Amino acid sequence: MSDGRDPSRDQGGDGDRLDPADVLAMAERALAHAEAAGATEAEALVTADDARLTRFANSEIHQNVAESNAQLNLRFVVGRRVGVASSNRLDDEGLRRLAETAGAIARNSEELEDWGGLPEPTPIEELPAAFAQETETATPELRADGVRAVIAAADAAGVISYGSFSTAAEAIAVANSKGIRAAQRRTTSQLLTVAMAPDGGSGYAEAAAVDVGSIDAAAIGREAAAKARSTANPVSVDPGDWPVVLEEYAVVDLLSMLGSMGFSALAVQEERSFAEPGRQVGSELVTIVDDGQDPATLPMAFDYEGVAKQRVPLIERGICREVVYDAQTAARAGRTSTGHGLPAPNPYGPFPLNMAMSPGTTPRDELIAGLERGLLVTRFHYTNPVHPKLAIVTGMTRDGTFLVEGGRIVGPVRNLRFTQSYLAALAATSAVSRERRTLRGDLGGVVVPAIRVDSWTFTGSTEH
Amino acid sequence: MRDLTNRALDTAAQLGATYADVRVVRRQEESIAIKSGKVEGVASGESEGFGLRVLVDGAWGFASSSWLTSAEADRVAGVAVRIARASATALRNRVRLDDRPPAHGTYETPIEEDPFNVALETKIGLLLAADTAAGKPKGVTFTETRYDARREWKAFAATDGSYTEQTLTHVGAGVEANAIEGDEHQRRSYPDADGGPFKAAGFEFVRGLNLPDHAESLGEEAVALLSAPQCPPGRFTLILDPSQLYMQVHESCGHPSELDRVFGTEASYAGTSFLTTDKLDDGFRYGSDLIDIVADATAPGGMGTFGWDDEGVAAASVPIVREGIFVGYLTSRETAPRIGRQSGGAMRADGWNRIPLIRMTNLNLLPKPGMSLDEIVADTDEGFYLASNRSWSIDDRRLNFQFATEVAYEIKNGKKGRLFKNPTYTGITYEFWRSCDAVGDERSYVMLGTPNCGKGEPGQGASVGHACSGARFRDVQMGVGKW
Repeated sequence: MSDGRDPSRDQGGDGDRLDPADVLAMAERALAHAEAAGATEAEALVTADDARLTRFANSEIHQNVAESNAQLNLRFVVGRRVGVASSNRLDDEGLRRLAETAGAIARNSEELEDWGGLPEPTPIEELPAAFAQETETATPELRADGVRAVIAAADAAGVISYGSFSTAAEAIAVANSKGIRAAQRRTTSQLLTVAMAPDGGSGYAEAAAVDVGSIDAAAIGREAAAKARSTANPVSVDPGDWPVVLEEYAVVDLLSMLGSMGFSALAVQEERSFAEPGRQVGSELVTIVDDGQDPATLPMAFDYEGVAKQRVPLIERGICREVVYDAQTAARAGRTSTGHGLPAPNPYGPFPLNMAMSPGTTPRDELIAGLERGLLVTRFHYTNPVHPKLAIVTGMTRDGTFLVEGGRIVGPVRNLRFTQSYLAALAATSAVSRERRTLRGDLGGVVVPAIRVDSWTFTGSTEH
Repeated sequence: MRDLTNRALDTAAQLGATYADVRVVRRQEESIAIKSGKVEGVASGESEGFGLRVLVDGAWGFASSSWLTSAEADRVAGVAVRIARASATALRNRVRLDDRPPAHGTYETPIEEDPFNVALETKIGLLLAADTAAGKPKGVTFTETRYDARREWKAFAATDGSYTEQTLTHVGAGVEANAIEGDEHQRRSYPDADGGPFKAAGFEFVRGLNLPDHAESLGEEAVALLSAPQCPPGRFTLILDPSQLYMQVHESCGHPSELDRVFGTEASYAGTSFLTTDKLDDGFRYGSDLIDIVADATAPGGMGTFGWDDEGVAAASVPIVREGIFVGYLTSRETAPRIGRQSGGAMRADGWNRIPLIRMTNLNLLPKPGMSLDEIVADTDEGFYLASNRSWSIDDRRLNFQFATEVAYEIKNGKKGRLFKNPTYTGITYEFWRSCDAVGDERSYVMLGTPNCGKGEPGQGASVGHACSGARFRDVQMGVGKW
């Protein structure tokens, strides 16, 4: 056992400082090892992160964790043969062994007939909006303070709170043999809570931000607690086709699912995507872009191949426009990457990690005014594609579902199962709120409004 | 390695921890992905680090690092203790652990052929042969064949003097054929989709799957499904092949029997459970008399098989449902005393940088002597035989579920007949299990499972096993949704 320390970080108190320059230097050392080992092309991706999460249940902290890690992913190319190896043993001996391993894999692999080569350098601009000092140095005491504020709001409302408060800082660097030298640091934070009332009600609230200081924990606690109080003693309604208002927490799922099922160039190339340029899939009110430079989307300056992120219009006024590319799918299509590559090897293809749906003109509070008889849905639970090409998804409602009559909330209803085409939902979108929220989707930040959908197919119900 | 574990534990104790445990974990992985006859990606990965869990003032703290040095052990101990003290500022009930004897010893997955010593070209050759065969039938749009191997070496030490070392080896492989025409996308896979199933075994398991021999018929069936009729809506008799039944067991038996969920500690993420503790006391009827379910961490070949869990509790077989009656939970040292029991050893962590959570081990639906799965089909006048999971969803208390499978075969007069596409079925957990009137015997009993069961914040994956033999259910709602 040695007495050394992780060279990717400067030690200091609880929040270690991650230095992008150090991380880039590590990527360059790995690149040098790969080139010395005979790579004709090589790419080193380093992600170093400090992630903290404080979790609470039954109105007390029950899990509280911290992680420090740095991982290097080396793509080693010999002609058209590609090998990938990763490790978190990052001293010189570890890097040398990593290059050997990746090289051996490459030499023993089949040639990739359509190998397009590693990407060329693109101009990458600094993205100061991606980083907040307060998040990087957030302490366990700061997170506990936030949790206590949520619990206090729950106590005041007579409900029990559950949730998590996370803060994370990461430094990412990519160096490749074509000259890419990219380094950035990012921070993210998220507070979410479920409040449960003794009479069966439950409510949800969430906030995500680059800067933890912008999260109002007490307000999040009050929102969830108030909803839990208002969902007590729900009644059953029949499944079937209902007009709905989907709150932002539910709309996130629409974008995440559509992103994984259709907005990837690989899905298009494999003919499993619904996306076709010029195809009308949504109402005129629906515009969705992926924009890694948008400060509201928990932004990233470049992707995991070191390519600058481009703004990609996915759906404009209901019409499919473009999909996102990484280097390999771009080479197949005879174009350049849009900056949406994931770490290699990546059988899933490129992915939109920073989606935003454009706001509408309807004040959020007035969305339900347009419902003669319908349902207000807070969020979805455990959704899964049933028929990806038609974007049919099943899932449950959760943490606040309400019957609306004459434009007013009548009362809470028991949760319902839906089996619904998310594309059909976009086509039936008749109002979009002018306010939006930044939330966390499956893989990245998502900015979403609340929406009204004229028909949503519920196919079952449950006991709560 | 004991230098590091001792240093971390000693420093934690000096800083005020009344209990601490530490795991040092080294994980080695290899994956091969073939797509439409081309090697799409070959990757090797390794990760190592340690995670320290401490109890201070009755509250938990945890910190982890990938840097295995004495200085880092001291730093991480300081972070963990500081975190625990912050936890104590929002604590209503001090943590109490059950008593268990200190754990000592070693455990290793029995294997015949080390997957990491098999030549890469041998593996690629086998996978390419399967992938090529799957893509042979006219009309197949693309094929995917995957292979994964994982080895985890871990040492566990605790302030009660426990010290164990374990080496767990898991492998998996699978092939699938996809046929796409217009808006219709059909898939058939063997033995399971997404590169499964996995097993605690060596490369002999992959050889034994005989992937190339099964592959061509997959392509034919995927293409045939494009023009097959839509599975009709209605209430029908259903026979579930093990390739779907294991997911039914996973979602509607495994997760609701996790005692941490019952106590609400997963409420903000995956939800709670309908199997509240009053149902344990009352002898709740979970299913028909034919339903016997155990959580067995000693089952040969299961991905949930080990020597000790990540709290140092020895592997055991715990009854969950006996003759249809709910009798037990998956438990931990913290949760078991709250129902007057000892931990059944179900605490598992996803690597060095995650805390252990209650996870399924091998949640097995035991076979019933009497009829083989084929004899159950022969015993069925009318219904559908569903195979190979394609989609899954269940509510936050694990009651209302909906599954889709890759294929349904019509059953008429005891024989499997024509194909139907896009089959789905839905129900309420206990109503569904009570409707079971036949469970296959040993002849179709097979160990399956999933390598990526998700739980917790931050997210953790777990490799869990499910052995089952296929079963019949009556009066099940099929054909939901609009196509």
